[in-house]
Amino acid sequence: MGVLASLTAHELGRRFRRGEATPTQVVTDYLARIEALDPQVRSFLTVTREDALRCAGEADARFREGRPRGPLDGVPIALKDVLCTRGIPSTCGSRILERFVPPYDATVVARLYAAGAVLLGKLNMDEFAMGSSTEHSAFFTTHNPWDLARVPGGSSGGAAAAVAADMAALTLGTDTGGSIRQPAAFSGVLGMKPTYGRVSRYGLIAFASSLDQIGPFAKDAEDAALMLQVIAGVDPMDSTSVDVPVPDYRATLGQGIEGLRLGVPAEYFIDGMDPEVERAVRTGIATLERLGAHTEPVSLPHTEYGLAAYYVIAPAEASSNLARYDGVKYGLRASAARDLIDMYSKTRAAGFGTEVKRRIMLGTYALSAGYYDAYYGQAQKVRTLVRRDFEQAFQRVDLIVAPTTPGVAFKMGEKEDPIQMYLNDIFTIPVNLAGLPGVSIPGGFTQTGLPIGLQLIGRAFDEATLLRVAHAHEQATTWHTRKPQLAS
Amino acid sequence: MATKITLQDVEHVARLARLELSAAEKERMRKELDGILSYIDKLRALDTRGVEPTSHAVPLTNVMRDDEERPSLPQEDMLANAPDRHGELFRVPRIIEE
Repeated sequence: MGVLASLTAHELGRRFRRGEATPTQVVTDYLARIEALDPQVRSFLTVTREDALRCAGEADARFREGRPRGPLDGVPIALKDVLCTRGIPSTCGSRILERFVPPYDATVVARLYAAGAVLLGKLNMDEFAMGSSTEHSAFFTTHNPWDLARVPGGSSGGAAAAVAADMAALTLGTDTGGSIRQPAAFSGVLGMKPTYGRVSRYGLIAFASSLDQIGPFAKDAEDAALMLQVIAGVDPMDSTSVDVPVPDYRATLGQGIEGLRLGVPAEYFIDGMDPEVERAVRTGIATLERLGAHTEPVSLPHTEYGLAAYYVIAPAEASSNLARYDGVKYGLRASAARDLIDMYSKTRAAGFGTEVKRRIMLGTYALSAGYYDAYYGQAQKVRTLVRRDFEQAFQRVDLIVAPTTPGVAFKMGEKEDPIQMYLNDIFTIPVNLAGLPGVSIPGGFTQTGLPIGLQLIGRAFDEATLLRVAHAHEQATTWHTRKPQLAS
Repeated sequence: MATKITLQDVEHVARLARLELSAAEKERMRKELDGILSYIDKLRALDTRGVEPTSHAVPLTNVMRDDEERPSLPQEDMLANAPDRHGELFRVPRIIEE
């Protein structure tokens, strides 16, 4: 178990091209690490060992013959279990899909396979992506590699922890209200939510369709650029994917940030936030200023209403999306039902966990006769106000810099009250409501060694600027190179 | 207006959502929904007169394509996940009374 698994994807690609390492060596190294460390971290739900070794062998041959497919050829990746993989179980962290084996690949999965990436397995998550800790997974909780008594964040906790612990070079997660950026912050890695419509959602098991977006977890900005390059772009299978040209993300990474205008929103520095987080974020902003960016205060006055609007809109959409789990065509079916309706109700009672039931109930209530206008209608209008806040800010600045979360990774079992759990996402949710791209980058550590995330928010379809700023920040800091100490 | 969720509300919504809940779950759900909805009630404090609702963050237009025949997924693949099947059919409990 050597040094290969600690390398970035772009460094692996360089070694493959020079013949200094082979995909089989790297995949073998990663599989050994997963075997040694994942019993503690518990990020994988499924490890696809045989397929991984077979695909690595095929990649070896392509490099031998001098015809690799591109920068991700032979690079070991893993996927949040919300993404459909043909022939490989895709559970969505739920009992109701425990034995579900998709008959097709999600578009992002097909594109990664075509790019030569090697799948190591599927990653743990909060059931149906509803949660901020992986404690709502129906199977087990993933541990934070920096402190095994703490959560890695969620819902894409497995995807964040796997990159943090060098158990995959790159992973994909999904972000509906912060589910990529919050675990990236808690686990000390880069996590990006692209603009809504930038990446096809075909084959992503739906939670809240107007908010869900797929994005990468990476060890640095260049790796994130390589992954986004492969998955971005319009897809005829997803009519909400947008036909905006995909730039060469790597080409602009090194252009520096001289003269860039950064907005700092007052509403993202609140009473009760962890002072160590605030200090780190202020330091990060100062670093970006030193690199030539100008900062100025901006106001996003409806920030405090974002969370409430989200907890109407997302459960409403979820209650509709999850109506399909009826025990007929796939998934669990409860036995001993009196009739069809009874079969539906018993199947859903047995198949869904507490948090999923809570959100289905909340969403059904908000959409039910007599409450629709007061809750759903009002929340959609507030969504407009949140979106306008950003539009106004982006008339003056190119980018917004803020904390990703008000605190750092919490202890397992610490947040039992649902609202306390939801409050984790107050700084990430507005970005989903507005459909904007956001990235959390390593921004420092607490005195006790827990990672802190720095959030960058950009204009729609301007992921390139986010990655450029993230890359510039990496040149001036070493936070992204720190590794958790895990004993095998 | 403060929301007060009753046990009857919970039972009504659970019926709409096709979700069987135990007595303990119903009571817990009542308390938790009440708490969450009280938090959500802060939305009502905002004046949204004249504000257009947003259903999608990016403007969506209908995506049209030619109505041409294309292969679909094989029937056997689509039946492979069925919890109960009868030949080429999904089997479900009886719907129509005898």
